Order: sequence, then structure tokens, then C-alpha cells
Amino acid sequence: MPALLEVAGISKNFRGLRAVHDASFDIAEGSINALIGPNGAGKTTIFNMVAGVYRPDSGSIAFDRKPIHGLRPDQICAAGIGRTFQVVKPFAGLSVLDNVMVGAFLTEKTSAGARKVSLAVLEKLHLAAKCDLPASSLTLPDRKRLEVARALATRPRLLLLDEAMAGLRPTECDQMVEVFRELNRTDGLTILLIEHVMRAVMALAQHIGVLHHGEVIARGSPEKIVRDAAVLECYLGEETEV
Amino acid sequence: MIARLLEGVPRRGLVALAALLLVLLVFPAFASGYLLAVGFLILYFAFVGQAWNIMMGFAGQLSLGHSLYVGLGAYAAAALYVHFGVSPWIGLGASIATAVLAGAVIGFLAFRFGVAGVYFAILTIAFSEFARIGFDHFTWVQGSSGFFLPVTNYAANDLWNLRGSPTMFYYLMLGMTAGAFVLCHALLRSRMGYYWLAIRESQEAAQALGVNVFRYKMYAVMISAAMTSLAGIVFAFYYNNLFPEQIFHISRSIELILGPIIGGIGTLVGPLVGALLLTGLAEGMREAMLQLGIDVPGVKQVFYGVCLLLVVMFLPNGVWPPLAKAFGFERRSTDRGER
Ligand SMILES: Nc1ncnc2c1ncn2[C@@H]1O[C@H](COP(=O)(O)OP(=O)(O)O)[C@@H](O)[C@H]1O
Ligand SMILES: [Mg+2]
Repeated sequence: MPALLEVAGISKNFRGLRAVHDASFDIAEGSINALIGPNGAGKTTIFNMVAGVYRPDSGSIAFDRKPIHGLRPDQICAAGIGRTFQVVKPFAGLSVLDNVMVGAFLTEKTSAGARKVSLAVLEKLHLAAKCDLPASSLTLPDRKRLEVARALATRPRLLLLDEAMAGLRPTECDQMVEVFRELNRTDGLTILLIEHVMRAVMALAQHIGVLHHGEVIARGSPEKIVRDAAVLECYLGEETEV
Repeated sequence: MIARLLEGVPRRGLVALAALLLVLLVFPAFASGYLLAVGFLILYFAFVGQAWNIMMGFAGQLSLGHSLYVGLGAYAAAALYVHFGVSPWIGLGASIATAVLAGAVIGFLAFRFGVAGVYFAILTIAFSEFARIGFDHFTWVQGSSGFFLPVTNYAANDLWNLRGSPTMFYYLMLGMTAGAFVLCHALLRSRMGYYWLAIRESQEAAQALGVNVFRYKMYAVMISAAMTSLAGIVFAFYYNNLFPEQIFHISRSIELILGPIIGGIGTLVGPLVGALLLTGLAEGMREAMLQLGIDVPGVKQVFYGVCLLLVVMFLPNGVWPPLAKAFGFERRSTDRGER
């Protein structure tokens, strides 16, 4: 089966700082994948390149076999890639429902249609009861859920989750894991998540990539990754939150 | 269509709007000439405030140069009328085209090259200043010596050529203000409206949700410019004289944004309330002082300043949001809150 997302040898430097170096990986349609690695490893930078915020200095990114590097973020979203931000960016002055409707308008032309799609998404993320509240009044866990809801409302084929479960209590985390599993199973949503919470990574991911100092140092199944000596040394050994 | 426009609007809000419209409709029957002129001014500022609010209140782009669009609209229609006898109802095509073009140039320069925030505001001032100086030397419309429309007697109202009594202009302005209100209401609940608010709140997040930020900011500038140019036409045909030094002056740009700021930026009712408060109170106070035999020049400007100060200090979101809450005009559940 051809990969839905093909990342081939992408690099990104910030004024001399090597944030990502020659990173390659494929993501199969319908799979759940995790990108792990210590803080500053370059995970968010990879997301930003896939989502079109930064153009890679070199390398290529293809989605559904079409090159997407160099496109604007809105074009990449329209192509079918949804993303959440590690530092949440709610539309603070708008209600929770309105936040999600902005995303839903990508595929729905009318307000009524967008509202319907949005309410369904909010239901899935257990936010429906809060749909009238201003987004600025939400707690951090709810803001994280809102971030996911907005991205889902654009009906992506691939969802990029940047630490969507950080700061959640274990029960809330399990609930999110269940939501993603359900989306993957019923809608065939492909997921790539950046996560420090190993509890979530182990529960969800079929494939894991490990990033260290901007380079992919290991790739494989969760079982393989937890036994990898290099990974243990650079990452799991020092700051695992299970 | 109408049912869709009314969807989600609280009933008491509709009743209040209908009552307000009724009062405004019968107002000329009871008002003196002076009061009618004040009424006209209130409607005029409510209209341009609404137009400016599309850019600032909805899309989050601060324009301090809206006198540019007033002036371009005024001069385009007036020149066509004076030189070729073209009705302003035809001439408004030229007014809109000129203003939209100017807005598009400003928007393109700013949004393509990342000129944002304060720098964007300065760019809008720069363009209105260019126009002011340029029109001073534009001999086709008499440059700095002023462009005059022929004044005829008001025996009969000629709506086609906008020659007529203050009452006619009052009703024209009322129609335009009501139209702008309905248009903005419809825009706010359309996809474009949602995209504007998203851009105002966070451009990055909007982009990540598929919003073409450049395009929708351009739409905001162009729609706002087009609406503002219409106000310029009425201005030209109401006052019958145009001076670049006055119509393009930055103080005119500032004057027209005070209403929406005091009323509540980003709200539909804010520009109306702001215009009513500012113009109504300022004129009322001036009148009262004249009655008392006090005549101090510049008292209106001082009054504007004090109003602005009080609002900024005590009601940073404007007068309308707390009023809306107190009267229960807020929208609920199936609809959206405006800030
Ligand atoms: N916009 C930027 N400008 C300069 N440096 C950046 C920028 N974004 C990220 N970096 C740097 O790149 C490195 C990788 O950051 P990031 O991708 O955010 O790591 P991670 O998400 O894995 O924690 C860090 O050293 C970070 O400081
Ligand atoms: Mg990160």
C-alpha cells in the first residue's frame, strides 16, 4: 500500500541552529504513528514543515503522492492535513462552537451545515455542553480538546497532533486515546502524534519514530522501540512519564 | 431569505430594532431643521462606523485612513455629476470602483509584504495624506480652491440627482444605515464573517484551518472601502462643496472611528450606539451651552476626548456589550456571541 505521507530527507536550520536534519519517514494510510524525542529534538519543526508553516531547506514532502512542500498552510489543510498546535491557539473571543465552525467551513458552505458538523465533532470530544462558552473561559484540558475539535472539523485524512495530551490527567488522557482510536477505526483517520506521555503513545501507536538532535535515530514498532539501546539512552531513560 | 436572516436573533432584540426604526422613520415629522441635521449626522456616522468596523471589528485590521474612501467616493460621483450631468446613482459605480481600487492597493502592499498592526495603520494614513495633497493639485476638480455642486432651490425633491431637502437626505441616510446593518449582520454569520473573526483572533490558527488569510483580509478592505465611498457621495451632495484639506484630512478619519470604538468594536449595534451618543450628546451639549450664552470654540473636540477617555478606562469593550447584557439582547445557543 502506498504511503499517505512521504517525508524524504527534510532539513531545517534556524540561523545556523540545526533543528531538523535529513529526516525521512513514511506514514501508511489508516495507521497511527508517534514521533517521540526529548524537548528541542525538532518534532514541532517537522510538523511545521509538513503543515506548511516553514518550507524545508531541503528534501521533499508528498501527501497522497503529490508534493506539498512550498504550499501555504491553508492549502495544505485543504489538501487534507489537519493539525493542532502544541501551544494552543484558540480564537479566544469566539464561543467554543464558533471556533469549531471556522474549521467546518472548509467543507461546508452554509452556516447551518457547518454548525451541524461542528456539534457532531464537539459531541465526540465531550465538549458539546460547553459549546456556548467563550473559548477564553476554557481550562487547559478543554482548550486541548478544542484544538483537536477544530482540526477534526476540517475533515482531514491525516491528523497531526502536537502534544495533544500533555497536561491531561490520566483519566482524561485515556478518554482522548479512546477518541483517537475510535476516529481511526470508524473513519479510517490516519494519525501522527507528537507525545511525551508514553502511556498514550504505547496505547495508540503502531509505529514510532524517535527524533534526537534533529535526526531520526530509530523507527519501528513500540515493542522494538522500548528495547532499542540508543533510544533508552537518549530519551526513555532520562525523562519518561508513564 | 428573511427567515434565515432572523434566525437566532433574540425576539426582544427584534422588537427593539423595529421600535428604533419606527422612531427614526417618524422623527422628521416632529424635528426642527436643526434636529433633522443632527439626525442626519448621527445616521451618517453610524453608517461609516459600520463600514470601518468591518475592517477593524471583524477582520482586526486597523485603518486610520478611511477619509480616503469618503473623499474618493465624494469626488468621483460629484465630478461625474458636475462635468457630465451623470446621476450619482450611476456615478456610484465610479465611486465604488475608485475606492475599492485604492483599498486593494493598500491591502495588497500591506498583506503581501507583512505590514501589520501599527505599521498597517500608518500606511492607511499615508495613503489618505497622498490623496489630500494630490487632490490639492487636481485641477479637473478645482484643486485646493474647492469643488462646488450647483445648488438649486428645494422646491421639489429630485432623488435621481440627489437634489432636494434635508428630509430627503435624512431618509436616504436612514435607508443606507439600515441596509449596512442588515448587510453586516448577514456577513457576520456567513463563512466570510467567521473567517474574518478567526483572522482577528489568530491568523496562524485561521490558516491552519484552511483560511486563505490574504484573500479574506483583501475582501474586508474592499467591502469596507466600497461602503465608505457611498457615504462620501451623500456627503458631497448634501454639503455641495468639497475641499481636499477637509474631506481627506486625518481628523475626519479619526472622527469616524470614535463612534464604533465608544459603541463597541466588532459589535453590530456598537457603531449605532456610538454615533448616537457622540453626535447626539455633543450637539445637545453645544446647544445647551449656547442657550446659556456660553460659546467656547473646540468644546466638541474636548467632549469627544472626554468620552473616549471614560470609555477606554471604564468600558474597554465599548458601551454596547454591557448594555446588551443588561437588556438580554445576547444571542444564545444555536448562534454565536459577538465578542
Ligand atoms: N521559529 C524558530 N526560530 C528559531 N529557532 C527555533 C524556531 N522553532 C524552533 N526552533 C529551535 O529548533 C529546535 C527544535 O525545536 P522544536 O521543533 O520546537 O522541538 P520539539 O518540538 O521537539 O521540542 C529547538 O532548539 C528550538 O529552539
Ligand atoms: Mg514541540
